[in-house]
Amino acid sequence: MLKFPKTLSIVFCLSLCATPVFAGKLNLGREATKAEIKAWDIDVRPDGQGLPEGKGTVEKGEQVFAEQCAACHGDFGEGVDRWPVLAGGLGTIKSEDPVKTVGSYWPYASTVFDYIYRAMPFGNAQSLSPDEVYAVTAYILYLNEIVAEDFELSKKNFTSIKMPNEKNFFADPRPDTPSRSKKKPCMKNCKKEVKITKRARIINVTPEEDKKTAAKE
Amino acid sequence: MTTKLNTPELSRRALLKSAAAGGVTLAASATVTAGATTAAQALEKETKENPITTKQDWNQVLGDGVDANPYGKPSEYEKNVIRRSVPWLTASPESSINFTPLHELDGIITPNGLCFERHHAGIAEVDPTEHRLMINGLVDKPLVFTMEDLKRFPRTNKIYFLECAANSGMEWRGAQLNGCQFTHGMIHCVNYTGVLLKDILAEAGLKTNAKWLMPEGADASGMNRSVPIEKALKDCMVAFKMNGEALRPEQGYPLRLVIPGWEGNMWVKWLRRIEVGDMPWHAREETSKYTDLMENGKARRFTWEMDCKSIITNPSPQAPITHGKGHTVLTGLAWSGRGTIDRVDITLDGGKNWQKARIDGPSLDKALHRFYFEFEWDGRPLLLQSRAIDSTGYVQPTKDELREVRGTNSIYHNNGIQTWHVNGKGEAENVEIS
Ligand code: HEC
Repeated sequence: MLKFPKTLSIVFCLSLCATPVFAGKLNLGREATKAEIKAWDIDVRPDGQGLPEGKGTVEKGEQVFAEQCAACHGDFGEGVDRWPVLAGGLGTIKSEDPVKTVGSYWPYASTVFDYIYRAMPFGNAQSLSPDEVYAVTAYILYLNEIVAEDFELSKKNFTSIKMPNEKNFFADPRPDTPSRSKKKPCMKNCKKEVKITKRARIINVTPEEDKKTAAKE
Repeated sequence: MTTKLNTPELSRRALLKSAAAGGVTLAASATVTAGATTAAQALEKETKENPITTKQDWNQVLGDGVDANPYGKPSEYEKNVIRRSVPWLTASPESSINFTPLHELDGIITPNGLCFERHHAGIAEVDPTEHRLMINGLVDKPLVFTMEDLKRFPRTNKIYFLECAANSGMEWRGAQLNGCQFTHGMIHCVNYTGVLLKDILAEAGLKTNAKWLMPEGADASGMNRSVPIEKALKDCMVAFKMNGEALRPEQGYPLRLVIPGWEGNMWVKWLRRIEVGDMPWHAREETSKYTDLMENGKARRFTWEMDCKSIITNPSPQAPITHGKGHTVLTGLAWSGRGTIDRVDITLDGGKNWQKARIDGPSLDKALHRFYFEFEWDGRPLLLQSRAIDSTGYVQPTKDELREVRGTNSIYHNNGIQTWHVNGKGEAENVEIS
């Protein structure tokens, strides 16, 4: 090989060494096993794809919620201190102070299941069984007046749940302010008078600690 | 530009010296009026504590040898240069946010230890030998990669900004937080090393109906988002290094998704799985959160792109002008999720007249841009604003222009023009103007 004439080695190299590697032909990684996929693939979509086998009643959900969720979210999902509010807020979405909850805002019930199954209870995630998640989801839907008190949520009836705010979501329309070609940015004598209308110092919510640090500067 | 008195063990000598140097404590700077600098300088020339005629400790004695700090850390005099949080914002520090000290930095790269943090279940401490990336769903062959496997794909290096969609979110109703760290500090910009997502996906083989991806994190929040396949194949990366070294744990060590120009929440940290699907998942972080509520009760969803934005970092409330009137350097940052920055305009008079700032340093796609504006300050109050225009012709709007279209309840994507009022003493305040 070392004695290859120059031209030959170039030809040789072009076909082997320097050939750009085609994507997908690197033979990196290994095939995932069914058990591995099952262990991690817990996501649930609005069309029900990904829902595990199982079911749970509002009543059972109330128990689970009282034991595992109410300390932060309150017995009725009203939220303790600054922990998230999960229920109520109906009719507030257009107001000055919208209260976004599962009932007042969330477009899909699958999101409630998916999120609780992967992330709650906070600090002990993925500890609930599918049946417990069905139950607690049913209870949160009940708190939001989406299902009745005697309801049992299951893999079968899941996609029959419709959320009241679903129709109020729409695609991102940005950019939503005029571009340079529509409105040339003004450079000279753009306004006659300027007044201060709002001040952060008056609101005074910048962290205290930082004021101390700032005072040292 | 601000001399600081954050000395760890302040000697009497140093104290006298800095007092003479013209007011570095806020109390002192409050008394500094335009022209004070010259007086202070004159005083320094005559005082015994003159830094030139006085021998300093470091002029004479030996310092630490090599290996005193095998990793290395900033000077003790820089200990004020830290991330800070706003405790009242969130219920627990494990699901919270802190802010990059933009007013202390220069150039376009954010040092790793100062990149703002946002966690949903605290910082996962992942053992890289136990970490796996799984690709499953609509692929020919579901695959699992170790970190070693991932490093055998062709690598790429890219400098990108990452901005939280909620950056400046507290300012929708009016000026609230007094400092650009708090109003604009949910952003950082680092050099990522990693591999292109499209190469990893190709290895698994996408099915023809593959339209969406769902990246998922290994932390206790199992962060998941929906990403359209076009974006994934265009420029997304799976990164393992930032600024040359391994990702910091708080930035997703050992693996994070990089989605250039799009909101930070999508850049899933501790990335462990990507599922390929034919429709979006509508995860909690793209329904309950990260949707933009309009005044009429309707909400925008999948608002991924970060609009063009800029901020004057100095002077600003945490970084007042301390030298009095005279030659002054104003500086700041501009960026756009749609490309590069074409131009930054500066006004000193609240928008009556504008002048072009000087962009200095690299101008890279979807990266921070550094601008400067040098001027003679006459000591009169200023109303400072910066206005950025990106390579698509998008003009950074005023906050009122945004409110006109969106109302004040949208939380996310506030890229309105920021105003700082600088008074005669050089102190700056977050204000809004007519
Ligand atoms: C220790 C306090 C705590 C407990 C206990 C807890 N949660 Fe949570 N919950 C949180 C926090 C904090 C968040 C927000 C996390 C974030 O944003 O990253 C949250 C968010 C949620 C959300 C989404 C709220 C929204 O508006 O987006 C739901 C739904 C929820 N929790 C359900 C539950 C359920 C069901 C349980 C019991 C099985 C539970 N939580 C237990 C603290 C808690």
